[in-house]
Amino acid sequence: MAEEAAGGGLLHRRNLLRLGAATAAAGATAGAAKAQSVGSGSPTWMTHPGATISGYGAPTHWRDAVKRIGVPNPSAPGTGGSRTPIHMLEGAITPSGLHFERHHNGVPDIDPARHELLIHGLVRQPLIFTLDTLMRYPMQSRVRFIECAGNSGVLNRPEPAQVTAGDINGLIANSEWTGIKLSTLLDEAGVAPGAAWVIAEGADAAGMSRSIPLGRCMDDAMIALYQNGEAIRPEQGFPMRLLVPGIQGNANVKWLRRLKVTAVPANTKDETSRYSELMPDGHARQFMLTMGVKSVITRPSFGLTLNGPGFYEISGLAWSGDGRIHRVEVSVDGGKSWADAELAEPVLSKAVVRFRAPWMWDGGPATLLSRAQDHTGAVQPTRAEWLAQYAPGQGYHFNAIQAWGVSPDGKVANVYA
Amino acid sequence: MSTPSLPILAALAAVGLAAAAPAPPRLGRPATPAEVARADITILPDGNNLPTGSGSVAEGEAVYVAKCQTCHGVAGAGATADRLSGGIGSLASGKAVKTVASYWPYATTVFDYVRRAMPLTQPQSLTNREVYAVTAYLLSIDGIVPKTAVLDANSLPLVKMPNRDGFVSYASGKPEK
Repeated sequence: MAEEAAGGGLLHRRNLLRLGAATAAAGATAGAAKAQSVGSGSPTWMTHPGATISGYGAPTHWRDAVKRIGVPNPSAPGTGGSRTPIHMLEGAITPSGLHFERHHNGVPDIDPARHELLIHGLVRQPLIFTLDTLMRYPMQSRVRFIECAGNSGVLNRPEPAQVTAGDINGLIANSEWTGIKLSTLLDEAGVAPGAAWVIAEGADAAGMSRSIPLGRCMDDAMIALYQNGEAIRPEQGFPMRLLVPGIQGNANVKWLRRLKVTAVPANTKDETSRYSELMPDGHARQFMLTMGVKSVITRPSFGLTLNGPGFYEISGLAWSGDGRIHRVEVSVDGGKSWADAELAEPVLSKAVVRFRAPWMWDGGPATLLSRAQDHTGAVQPTRAEWLAQYAPGQGYHFNAIQAWGVSPDGKVANVYA
Repeated sequence: MSTPSLPILAALAAVGLAAAAPAPPRLGRPATPAEVARADITILPDGNNLPTGSGSVAEGEAVYVAKCQTCHGVAGAGATADRLSGGIGSLASGKAVKTVASYWPYATTVFDYVRRAMPLTQPQSLTNREVYAVTAYLLSIDGIVPKTAVLDANSLPLVKMPNRDGFVSYASGKPEK
């Protein structure tokens, strides 16, 4: 038996090679009934030419079930959102077509030739930029996550919802964004004394509008034009969006058309009525923009039934709006013991990192947890600690430790541990 | 021709580095005051940028019934869209009812949001007069303004919302007051 890294069969990665032989043998037996290629001659795809070239590739039809999760709101089809099916994906980058959506009145079809960005307010010279103009500026590329403030909010319910990791936690996505450093454009306009905020506005039918502290705009914010190497998808803000790494999704205003530099925040509907967090004493937190340190196990998770005892790799996602993930620990015994998961390189600031941990499941009941810590030392709270901060029913900024319960039949349930 | 000395090479290298990281271009086109005025629909809490015009509670009720009530219910009671009235005093009760009346800190936000985003199917279709009026009506349901109120750029920012002091800024990551 391999040396355990923690209780319940969590292994050290260095034991994997030793385990390899036994696991491979078991796999061969289990897979024998399904084998149709090796040993039974050439399959038809080897004896007939394949499909021709295509102008824009699409995912394999064999994975048609991998879709964003969500249905339009019948009374207001443009509002609401869809979620990234994170339990069906691997790695750290979110495919552009599976990036979660959150729209406040639909996805505008913007003619890029007729779209301009206005920077005005407390500036020396108000300026207008066309997309063609912006393309002539030096660009930067950064892998950064965007997480909706409402992600995982369903975990505030008294009873755990029996739905997938994508349903619960799928308002997270991680992309390579390319664009122009916002400070370059603000410097060109000349920020005036007294300026402290930047009010961003989208060109959608909600005129989505959020106030961002000027300091964040002058730090690592960008006007993003590209997502994973191609023009930003319409659902993510074509032709341009604001990206302020680490802040709640909606404040990274999509379809960006206007930046007004001011001394005070606008207190827009979406930073008062929405995206504020009511505390037990009746006061509400406002402008709590940074998304806290968080992790979620995506495999195993609800709906992904384990096929008998043996080796499994626990795999998940971790991120922090405050910077780099320093450590992710995993437990399979409900938190009695923990082992460090491996963080898949590169571990980038304000980006999703994939974590993995080897596990030899003995077939008994198990409770899987993950607990992330970022480079500031911040650690995910327990669910009880998180709930105690807010009034009943609040769901924004949920970043507590989450649990999956594995029963002896291999089924995985959402549990509160 | 002699070989350049080391200091000259260093100087050339410095010039090269400077050329590799030039100052960014300055390609923004100056916006005229008229262009800015046409684009700027942001209303600040002190009333900055509120347009001319005014609207009464009575006018606003007619606008509300015609253009808002189907989704927001009679007198803002809520239907397929958010409840807008009532709930004052509920925020610390454990069963908070968040409405315009009970939760929103500034009346200017009502004007800003209704003008830019409502009605959902026809945003930016209301006249400024209609927006002032429907704002006045919404605030009158809970008595935040009297039934006789007429709101304009001067009076709207003076409206004190019941939850005006209910928010704590975490813009720096920590509570700021």
